[in-house]
Formats: sequence, C-alpha cells, structure tokens
Amino acid sequence: MTTATLEAPTGTHPVPRERRAVQPIPMSRIVGIELRKMFDTRSGFWLMMSVGIAAVLATGATLLFAPRDELSYGSFAGAIGVPMTIILPMIAVLAVTSEWSQRTGLTTFTLVPHRGRVITAKLVGTLVVGVTSIAIAFAVGALGNVIGSAIAGVDTTWDISLGNAATILLADALGMLVGFMLGVLVRSSAGAIVGYFVYALVLPAALEALSAYQAWFHDHRGWLDFNFASSALYDGGLSGTEWAQVGVSGFFWLVLPLAIGLRMVLRSEVK
Amino acid sequence: MISIESLSVQYGRFTAVDDVSFTARSGRVTGFLGPNGAGKSTTMRVMVGLTAPTAGRALIDGRPFADLPNPGLEVGVLLDASAQHAGRTGREILTIAQRTMGLPKARVEQMLHRVSLTATEADRRVRNYSLGMRQRLGIAAALIGDPEVLILDEPANGLDPAGIRWMRDLLREYADKGGTVLLSSHLLHEIEVIADDIVVIGNGRIVAQGTKAELLDAAGTLVRSPDPAHLTSALASAGITTTTTTDGALRTDADPARVGQVALATGIALTELRSADSAGLEEMFLELTAETQREGAAA
Repeated sequence: MTTATLEAPTGTHPVPRERRAVQPIPMSRIVGIELRKMFDTRSGFWLMMSVGIAAVLATGATLLFAPRDELSYGSFAGAIGVPMTIILPMIAVLAVTSEWSQRTGLTTFTLVPHRGRVITAKLVGTLVVGVTSIAIAFAVGALGNVIGSAIAGVDTTWDISLGNAATILLADALGMLVGFMLGVLVRSSAGAIVGYFVYALVLPAALEALSAYQAWFHDHRGWLDFNFASSALYDGGLSGTEWAQVGVSGFFWLVLPLAIGLRMVLRSEVK
Repeated sequence: MISIESLSVQYGRFTAVDDVSFTARSGRVTGFLGPNGAGKSTTMRVMVGLTAPTAGRALIDGRPFADLPNPGLEVGVLLDASAQHAGRTGREILTIAQRTMGLPKARVEQMLHRVSLTATEADRRVRNYSLGMRQRLGIAAALIGDPEVLILDEPANGLDPAGIRWMRDLLREYADKGGTVLLSSHLLHEIEVIADDIVVIGNGRIVAQGTKAELLDAAGTLVRSPDPAHLTSALASAGITTTTTTDGALRTDADPARVGQVALATGIALTELRSADSAGLEEMFLELTAETQREGAAA
C-alpha cells in the first residue's frame, strides 16, 4: 500500500487546454427541450395522448346519448371541454413540478443556470401544447358534429362563433396558467394537483354556498371569484364589466400568486 | 480551475458551510473529504448555482457559474446520480443533455460506450437501474460536453470494485489531459488512491488542505525496533516524543530521516521505518472530524 502513495503524482504538469468559443444556449432550444420532456416518459406521453382520447370519448358519448334534435357543434364542444379543463392544467402543473418531485432540476438548472429562462420555456411549451390540444378538440368535435347530424338526419348546426371559440381558448389557457401558477408556488406534483382540484372543484361549491347566503358577495362575486368570472368566457359575448371582472379577479387569483411563485423559484435552493 | 473564496452558507441559525476557501487546480484531482453532513454537497451546490451562498463566492475559471454561456461544455456536474426522472430511459437523459448543449447526436452513443452501458441498458428506464448504473449514466452526462472542469459528488457510491477502478483511471486520465477534477467522498481510502490534493472538511469548516504528499508527511513517521523501550528513550532524549501503537511500533510527528539518524547514532537496529501515511492520515481524519462524527472520537 505504500507504493501507491509514494508514486509521483502524474498530474503535476498540466497541459493547458485550448478554450473553445462557447455560444450561449438559444431560447428556442430550451423551449424544444422542455416540450420534449413533456412527452419522453410513459406517464407524460399518455397524459398527452389523453387529450385526444378524451376528445374522442366525449364526442362518442355525445353521439350516443345526446338528444338527436339538439345535436349542434356547441353540444360537442361543451362535452369535450369538460375533460380539457382538467387535463390541460395537469399538463401545466407537471411541466413545472416534475423538476422538483423527480429532482431533475439538479440537472436542468445546472445545464441552464438561469432558472427564469427554463421557467419561461416551460410556459411557452405548456401554451403550445394547450393551443394544439384545443385545436385537436375543436377538430374532433367538428367531425362528431358532421357525423352526428348525418346519422340523425338533421342539418349540421355550427353554433359557436369565431369570437366564442377565441374566448373558449382563452378560458382554457387561463386554466393552464392557474395550473402553472400552482406548480411554481407549490413545487410538488401531489401538492399542486390537490391545489388545482380544490381550486376547480371544492372552492366553487363553497363560494356558491356563500353567494346564496351573502347578498353582498353575490352582488360582487365577479370581481372576487376568478373561477366564476372566467367561466363566462366559455359562453362568450362578455360585456365590458365582465371583461374587467376577469382582469381584476385574475390579478389576485393568478398574477399575484404567479409573481410570488416565480420569485420563490428563482431564489430557492434546488436539492 | 475552481476557486472557492470565503464561502459561507447559513440556514437560519445553522451554519452549513463556514468561511470555506480552497482551490481545485487544473491538471489535478482534488479530493473533497469529510464525514456525512460536513458541508461537502452544500459547497458543491453553491459552485453550480443551485444554492445561493450567504457570503463569499465560487468561481469556475474566474467566472461565476451563472455567467457561463453554455455550462455543460465547460463544467461536467454529477451531484446525485439518483436525481433523474425514473420514467426516462438512460439514452433519453443523455439525449436531453446532448441537445441542450447543442452537441452532435453521435455523442450520446460515444458516451454510452465510454461508460460501458450497453444499448439494451440504455433503452431501459432509469427506475430499473442499479445505483452503479446510475453513477455510470451520471458520469456520461457530466462528460458529454467534454468539459474542462468536473464536479462530482460521491461518484464512487454504488460502484463495484472494478467500477471504482474504472472511475479512478478515467478521472486520472482526465486530469492528466489538463482537466480540473473535484470529487467528494466520505471514504478516506477512495480519496487517497486518486487525489493529488486533498481538502478535508468537518462541521462546515476546512480542517486541513494540501497536496496528498504534504498531508501524508504531516501524518508522521512509523518506526519499529526489536527493543521499543530503548528506542523510545533514545528518541525522547533527542527531543522526539512518541506514542506506541497497538502492535508495538512507535509513531511520531518527526520525519523519518531524523528518526533514522537518532537510531543510527544510538546504535539501535530498526526493523521498519516509514512515513505513517494512510494509517496516519486516517487517524488525522478521524481526529480532525471527531466533533462532527456521530460516533464521537476516533473509532
């Protein structure tokens, strides 16, 4: 054992290495990577697939169970919209939280040491997936509408205006942003998912009850309850006041906690 | 080169890293040695920008890590081989690194070959990997950008003896080509066989640092004679204090040459005279870190 330690260190005369000219990592590449990471696990892949699967199932259910004389594009879009409001925010939550829950952040944030860039890339990737998903949902719904009206022998009714389609897209995007916000705020998959269900399912029931008993809350609910205010987007045709309510309640429910969450993500320790 | 300058990290009232300064030079393997919870991992996380220091700074070739335009091409990092998405395949994890750094696709295959992961293993999901395979994958990810600096936290964990040998040769070759290698371990032997320089940390503070040779010298001399009592008194009259080891040899802080001269002058035959090296270093390590050892003083 002495021979090993008495050996002259071989590394005493380092050969200086030539330094390469290193180009900064472009933002487009980081977005591409973050998109790839949403698909490259089995769970991620099937979560993405579930968008299409849910759209097809909801369309099928509408074909089978909806009253024939009431078949319209609106009934298909409404049916598909329900699973979308759950799946899309989950995609947003997991895009953020997996870095902490799976501890991949250790690698991600050392390869790109500016966390703001990574989080921005995740946001862009999430919205790309969201818009694509909604486009798929609209397309599947349209196909269902054509098939449904042909089977029923009624005229095909296209009762969703372009403007309404845009507000539906906005409503779904806001839902994804709420998921994203919970992701950066909680930074744990389980916690953020539970948080989203509380926000989307438990809280509306509680506030509905409050609204039934408190006249003041009932009158001002649009300004205070973001979920309530943004649900008007699904029906479209918002008044100026309704738009303002989406903005004001959205500031407190979405923008403010998102800002706090982002600040925490940028400063917290990654372990 | 990695330079750590007066680095401190505090969590509330707890000081995890306390005024730590050292340099890991290029062309050398620097071993970062300390018991569990001594502050090794925290110091390494500060180096790569995952933890913000309370005071001081860490520089890579004179720049903060966050200023590196494409860090993967300059610093290879392996902090925890298990911190990977269990559902990704090994190949996918390397592909993400390769694409982030903007490297040619072929690098992934090259690195799999370099760390001896087969094509079948590379296509398995990481949840099915042994710790040794995860370490190999982590090393591949750290090396894929051909960086000049390597920062590895406990890279030998989970490797079998052949794997440890492989890792040692790989890091030696890396340093000999001019690279800077910093690796941590809580096992003295692991560090001793590979490091040129050693930094010992305990309780968040640096307790010893220097080249391995310096630290071995500091570990003193081991001398053996058929008549230890005679030798002890002869050395004592020359002003050299000794302690008797369990197997009857004498240990002293004086250097071997001096002990040999005293023995020659007093005509005492020696059966062994050498630097106390690893035994001494281990004793020193246990002594220096005794306060932080859960087991208390030297085992």
